Amino acid sequence: MAETINMPKLGFDMAEGTLVRWLKKEGETVAKGDVLAEIETDKATVEVESSASGVVRKLLVDEGAVVPVNTPIAIVGAADEVISVSSEQLSVSSEPSSVVSRPSPVAGEQTAPMPAGDAQSSIVNPQSSIVKASPLAKRVARERGLDLSRIQGTGPGGRIVRRDIEKVISEQLLVSSAPSVVSGQPSVAARPPSVEGETVALTKLRQAIARRMSEAKSSVPHFYVTHEYKMDALLALRAQINGYLPEEEKVSVNDFIIRAVALTLREFPNLNASFAGDKVVRHGAVNVGVAVAVEGGLLTVVCKDADVKSLRQIAAEVKRMAAGARQGKVRPEDIEGSTFSISNLGMFDVENFAAIINPPEAAILAVGSARQVPVVEEGQVRAGWRMKATISVDHRVSDGAEAAQFMQALAKYLEEPVRLLV
Amino acid sequence: MARITMREAISQALWEEMERDPAVFILGEEVGVWGGTYAVTKGFYDHFGPERVKDTPIAENAILGAAIGAALVGLRPIAELMTINFAFSAMDYVVNQAPKLRYMFGGQFKVPLVIRAVGGGGRQLGATHSQTPDAVFAHFPGLKVVSPGTPEDAKGLLKTAIRSDDPVLFLEHATMYQVRGEVPEGEYLIPIGQSKVQRPGRDVTIVTYAKGLELSLKAADELAKEGIEAEIVDLRTLRPLDMGPVLESFKKTNRAVIVEEGWRSYGVGAEVAARIYEEAFDYADAPILRVAQKEVPLPYNRTLEQAALPQVPDITAAVKEALK
Repeated sequence: MAETINMPKLGFDMAEGTLVRWLKKEGETVAKGDVLAEIETDKATVEVESSASGVVRKLLVDEGAVVPVNTPIAIVGAADEVISVSSEQLSVSSEPSSVVSRPSPVAGEQTAPMPAGDAQSSIVNPQSSIVKASPLAKRVARERGLDLSRIQGTGPGGRIVRRDIEKVISEQLLVSSAPSVVSGQPSVAARPPSVEGETVALTKLRQAIARRMSEAKSSVPHFYVTHEYKMDALLALRAQINGYLPEEEKVSVNDFIIRAVALTLREFPNLNASFAGDKVVRHGAVNVGVAVAVEGGLLTVVCKDADVKSLRQIAAEVKRMAAGARQGKVRPEDIEGSTFSISNLGMFDVENFAAIINPPEAAILAVGSARQVPVVEEGQVRAGWRMKATISVDHRVSDGAEAAQFMQALAKYLEEPVRLLV
Repeated sequence: MARITMREAISQALWEEMERDPAVFILGEEVGVWGGTYAVTKGFYDHFGPERVKDTPIAENAILGAAIGAALVGLRPIAELMTINFAFSAMDYVVNQAPKLRYMFGGQFKVPLVIRAVGGGGRQLGATHSQTPDAVFAHFPGLKVVSPGTPEDAKGLLKTAIRSDDPVLFLEHATMYQVRGEVPEGEYLIPIGQSKVQRPGRDVTIVTYAKGLELSLKAADELAKEGIEAEIVDLRTLRPLDMGPVLESFKKTNRAVIVEEGWRSYGVGAEVAARIYEEAFDYADAPILRVAQKEVPLPYNRTLEQAALPQVPDITAAVKEALK
């Protein structure tokens, strides 16, 4: 019996994914668990695994297509099985009206391109509950082959209405009728040749960052508390530990910080929390998110239950997840569920900085570099390793005093790091 | 063209039809010697005599019963109800006898009856005498329901109603007898069951009739100052309902507001909105909105009465909401 592979729903707010690349061709053999395709969601590029073993009989969508979640994307079955795409889809889809069609470029016919950078979309799902559009907008979009999920609605509640469709159509006409016009070029006469400005389309990830950070910074009242930590003992301990470990298992300063933060959060449950309108939700688990710079943005990989994991466990996990993130291949569970985040720019020789809270978390710790600086101890100036960190806190959840106490409590672990080993 | 009042227009229609056809006669409370509660039949008694302009007891079921009987035997009665609210006293005749006799007797009889009735609020007549229950009567197949919003339409539609072989309920609004408008010279008829665009526009469709037309025209003037061009479609007849011009307009503007004086629930607006959704769903760019009377018995207190009735600002606000 052939099995249909659907666009997975990775995360509760995921409505659709872009099928970036097929890793299997039609006719190829596939085992259950093999990676079939890569899809790009709001957050990351993730891999779709085959839920069945057999032969890839049909790929139902093209690369670049934007596909609503739970829409069939491929059929895996026996090599000699008779596959009827439509009946197959009907039998697996609870919504027989979901229409999946492959774009068929008509030779010799000029098709209007979508606005800059858009992959050609192949999915029109008029029954989709995700896209709010007026009946008129839906009809015109259908007639024009426009993908409503890519159009910004300006009607009540973000509903796509006639003017939004007309705007897209007029932009298309502009693009197709005047392809030589490069937008964004200032009309300055006789300027010395220099680097030309350019317009860069936002990736899904960039869009998600833009949206979430704007939301966070405009709706969450941040306050900041900075503390300086003595890092001499920790650095010495790290050198000692790493002396025993092979190269690929070495522990980073950040791994120490993750564990220190996790243990401190156990004492400060109010900072391991989320503001929820009329209440604060204090999370049971301490899941520490670690910001990882990736191409075109950043991702937060999540070290779950970091308070009960050993340094080596933390180090191994973060290393694996960060590598995945940088290669654009994270598992959805690696980037979800953080209750507190750490952003560490220590490797860039940063003295100190403040981070934007990653909603719905209540706080984020921004960590600078450990630097050797002149310090005064017992009236004597001498060289010492110091590291500054700044916590950004949601003032609706907590206040300055609590944040200051947290930073102080964190010192206990960072400055007496043996505590992290027991 | 002459510029006359709604009262004169209705009066002219009655006069011309009575002159034209001796089978036409009027009956009702105070229609004769007194000249009509709203002075529509002033002078009729002296000109046409007591045989054709009959004062009746204050008994609406007697008026309607006599009128239906006369219609069945070949006359063309025009029964006047002082207010539509009194039709409830004669409900069996209005909705059960007049509209059904021709049908139930297989066409052996016809009921060429016009019931003229004054409706609407705004004159501080209290909850029982101020209603706009048009939708109630428009519910019954077999009864044509006409409610004009201009003198021209009033005259042309009433003349057609008098010539109709089936019963017509002709609803006149109590506060509109003084409304003036252009009326063509000489004889003309306007068919029952035709909606009409009373003001062209491109941005939004206002569907209305009777008093709602007067208010909507004012609202459209206000909106025009802000650059919003409302197209106003006047239903003129509630049954049979002509959706043609409504749909044509809606397909152009994609947004609609329906204005009626009656209550919102189960009203004319509900019917019109449902038909638009049924027949032009793919043209809708926003939910269709309704402006109607507040869901209370109409208060006697002037301020409260005005607050409960739909007003011009209610319409402009609804239009702006519909255009979001």
